[in-house]
Amino acid sequence: MADLVIIGGGPAGMSAAIAAYKKGVRDILILERDGALGGILQQCIHNGFGLHKFGQELTGPEYALQYENQIKELGIRYKLNTMVLSITKDKVITATNGEDGIFKLRPKAIILAMGCRERSKGALNIGGTRPAGIYSAGTAQKLVNMEGYMPGKEVVILGSGDIGLIMARRMTLEGAKVKAVCELMPYSGGLARNIEQCLCDFDIPLKLSHTVVEIHGKERVSGVTIAKVDENKKPIIGTEEYIACDTLLLSVGLIPENELSIGASVSIDKITGGAAVDQDRQTDCAGIFACGNVLHVHDLVDFVSDEAEIAGQSAADYISGIKEENIHINVETDGKIRYTVPQKITKKKDVTVYFRVADVYRNVKICVYDGDTLLLAKKKVKVAPGEMESIKLSEDMLANCRKLQFKLEEVNA
Amino acid sequence: MKRELTCIVCPIGCSLVAEIEDGKVVSVSGNTCPRGKAYAETECVAPKRTVTTTVRCIGGRILPVKTDRTIPKEKVFDAMKIINNLHPVLPISAGDIIMKDVFGSNIVAVKNMF
Amino acid sequence: MYDVAIIGAGVVGGMIARTLAAYELKICILEKENDVAEGATKANSAIVHAGFDAKPGSLKAKLNVQGAKMMPKVCEELGVKYKNNGSLVIGFHDEDKRTIENLLERGIQNGVDGLEILDKDELKAIEPNISDNATAALYAKTGAIVCPYELTVAAIGNAMDNGADLRTGFKVCSIKAADAGYEICSENDSIKARFVVNAAGLYADEIAEMVGDTSFKITPRRGEYILLDKECGGLVSNTVFRTPSKMGKGILVTPTVDGNLLTGPTSVDMDDKEDKSTTAEGFARIIKEACENLNCIPFHKTITSFCGLRAVGSTGDFIIHSPRSGFINAAGIESPGLTSSPAIGLMVRDLLMEGGLVLREKGNFNPIRKPMHAFREASDEEKNTIIKKDAAYGRILCRCEGVTEGEILEAIRTNPRPSDLDGVKRRTRAQMGRCQGGFCMPLIMKLLAREMGVPCEKITKRGGNSFLITGKTKEEI
Repeated sequence: MADLVIIGGGPAGMSAAIAAYKKGVRDILILERDGALGGILQQCIHNGFGLHKFGQELTGPEYALQYENQIKELGIRYKLNTMVLSITKDKVITATNGEDGIFKLRPKAIILAMGCRERSKGALNIGGTRPAGIYSAGTAQKLVNMEGYMPGKEVVILGSGDIGLIMARRMTLEGAKVKAVCELMPYSGGLARNIEQCLCDFDIPLKLSHTVVEIHGKERVSGVTIAKVDENKKPIIGTEEYIACDTLLLSVGLIPENELSIGASVSIDKITGGAAVDQDRQTDCAGIFACGNVLHVHDLVDFVSDEAEIAGQSAADYISGIKEENIHINVETDGKIRYTVPQKITKKKDVTVYFRVADVYRNVKICVYDGDTLLLAKKKVKVAPGEMESIKLSEDMLANCRKLQFKLEEVNA
Repeated sequence: MKRELTCIVCPIGCSLVAEIEDGKVVSVSGNTCPRGKAYAETECVAPKRTVTTTVRCIGGRILPVKTDRTIPKEKVFDAMKIINNLHPVLPISAGDIIMKDVFGSNIVAVKNMF
Repeated sequence: MYDVAIIGAGVVGGMIARTLAAYELKICILEKENDVAEGATKANSAIVHAGFDAKPGSLKAKLNVQGAKMMPKVCEELGVKYKNNGSLVIGFHDEDKRTIENLLERGIQNGVDGLEILDKDELKAIEPNISDNATAALYAKTGAIVCPYELTVAAIGNAMDNGADLRTGFKVCSIKAADAGYEICSENDSIKARFVVNAAGLYADEIAEMVGDTSFKITPRRGEYILLDKECGGLVSNTVFRTPSKMGKGILVTPTVDGNLLTGPTSVDMDDKEDKSTTAEGFARIIKEACENLNCIPFHKTITSFCGLRAVGSTGDFIIHSPRSGFINAAGIESPGLTSSPAIGLMVRDLLMEGGLVLREKGNFNPIRKPMHAFREASDEEKNTIIKKDAAYGRILCRCEGVTEGEILEAIRTNPRPSDLDGVKRRTRAQMGRCQGGFCMPLIMKLLAREMGVPCEKITKRGGNSFLITGKTKEEI
């Protein structure tokens, strides 16, 4: 038995476990489906992690090791190669592994930290054949970085998410020729630094407002037809271009993996694809918390760790029965701001609200209203969907607040 | 001469403008921190990069490694050739030096592998 | 010397082989692809039709009704999932209503039980998500669903367990008369058999031509499908057809036995028997028509799309006959071919007998095959007993479909053994879920390589040159 079970031993799960331990919870169990702690960071061998948390640039495995070492030092228990099969609303977990078989746990609190998966080709309805050589960027990353295999030699990448950009560089360094990165949107979904150091450094063309319209090849991919798209993202006839390649990598979005959460009757935010949570990262099922990419997809692991600390500490408070003064404030958005996390605020204390915008906007201010009253405004030269923003609300602001509205407004030059 | 750059030091990715005179950067704007200025100064004169990759250990396992400091950008592929020929013997701990002085940087393991 | 060689390891060849395996016969199944069920069998609507559709008196009508009646027992013996979910032909206006009445009449003539016409309210009562514009429907209680490749793998596996041989990668190039039988040659191999059954699907006309039979032609007809996430599988419980019109049968919406929602097919006659590409026009048509059938279909929950080529015969009916002594065609088996397949097995058996093949029942014929989904459906206690003996059953490799390493290994070691990734997928459902193999593909590749004793570089997605990887890292520079 355990007081706290954490599902997932990636950066979110480990950080949550450590935070809960530091707040006094001793009986913690992490269930990890992989053969090692660290989650997806194990295959993210590039650097750029940890600037915010550790003040230095670490690779994915190094970042994970910082937490794994702490887990081991603190003696926090974990089970590897263990898959959770289901969670019920009353927090009964059913899991399986080779040693214990199928077993059940009924902890006082659960933290969901299962991460996300990549959107697959299937969801895109690209016409053409279905040959070998089509991989999501993350699968290719695993093949190259963990297994030492090359998925292909001549590559086209669809989608300019960070994993796609990172894999463009990685495949190039390993001797493959990356012929183009196509992005459906008129802007990249990845970080500017990754476009610079992963594409520009290697003269890999980034084709914005382009998509793959047809896949060719019977057995293995022999090429793709790409085309420019109009403002409605429909391919423009006459702009088709054939690119010979043996591999198509897809970096077309990440989806929080919430099948277990849904099974536990946790309410899901349709926009984030993750649970709707309060400032403590508690879902609407009491005692079930969520953090990391299962809650909403992050750009930076450092913020995953921050979020997981909140979840871990809150779970500890929940287990020890600490209650605070209850309020109920829903956080609403105007569409230009797509979503916020948390989606509601139930305690009077300082809260940092994270959010993403729907499009690229320049010279704007992020405004937080309580009804007609402007509580806070923050100017931004540029905001983009690929970059998560945050704003800190103080306890005072929330004091008499009923409903928070997040709006993006233009700044007149 | 002006040159526009995207800073790669941190995830903010500031858009920088460097003013270059006689092959030297005389001013940098657009940066939000001193590291951005330093980046622009180097990038315009002698760009440098960290290399992260893997080595195939004796026995076949794949170990992630990195250069522990930046190396000249034009030497990245030469460095890859050298690193690809490394076949270290396990066990190895994160931080262990696999090879010294590859274009002024050490090749170090970034993961424990036993 | 084989007694019978069956060319084609689709559902038709498979059911023929399984039927014949009950007798004292040496049987060989020849398949040009790397695995069974690689043709039209793996990409169709997966429906056991009630039998009201085919023209009365036709072979299609007779074998459909007979096959549909046999199917539950066949599936039970072979451990194949079968679901009697019922089917509906929905109509939107008076002309549709008349067609529906004609279909009812036809069904009765064909001997279909349990047909009735529903009015709008009755229809809505059993399928609340049906379009509000639907005014009437033909309800066929005997309509059912089955997984066609699961059925085929099981039928051929069962035939093999009872002594039949399977040769994959055997592409027949010529058939010559030899020693009171035939010699069937591929590019670099040959076998001899006294009797030959042509169940070669799209290529049945070319095979028949090898023995001089040019009486029919096979035209490939493209059918594209879109498969949706299991989240959507409950949108309808019946298979929902549109009323056929001059424009054809239209797009159907159906749950699958595995709980997904399937929509399609388009219908375009082709020239190329290998062109299984999907098209933007096809997707647009499926989405438009499917959304006319149901009030709301969340197509953003699509997990994959695919295209099958139906083998349409030039006679308008199934072509099952013996044009030459010792040679039998089972050709032009388009819809309702899956439904008819058990009955086709019996008909071909009878034709062989008429042609002089002596049939003696095997004393030790075992019609039962262990279900491939046995572990999945076991109780937790039963599973734990299995896991104690073999820890691999406790390790889940495919997280989306919850498939364990043990189940995958079992599939790799069971007749007919898969030798590529798609083969493992069709037998276990691993890689068939919402991530489409994103997480488990590298694991399954390594497992398959280990079991086959080859390096990962030799593992393919679907035989031939469909290699998954092009080599090791560190080798290119």
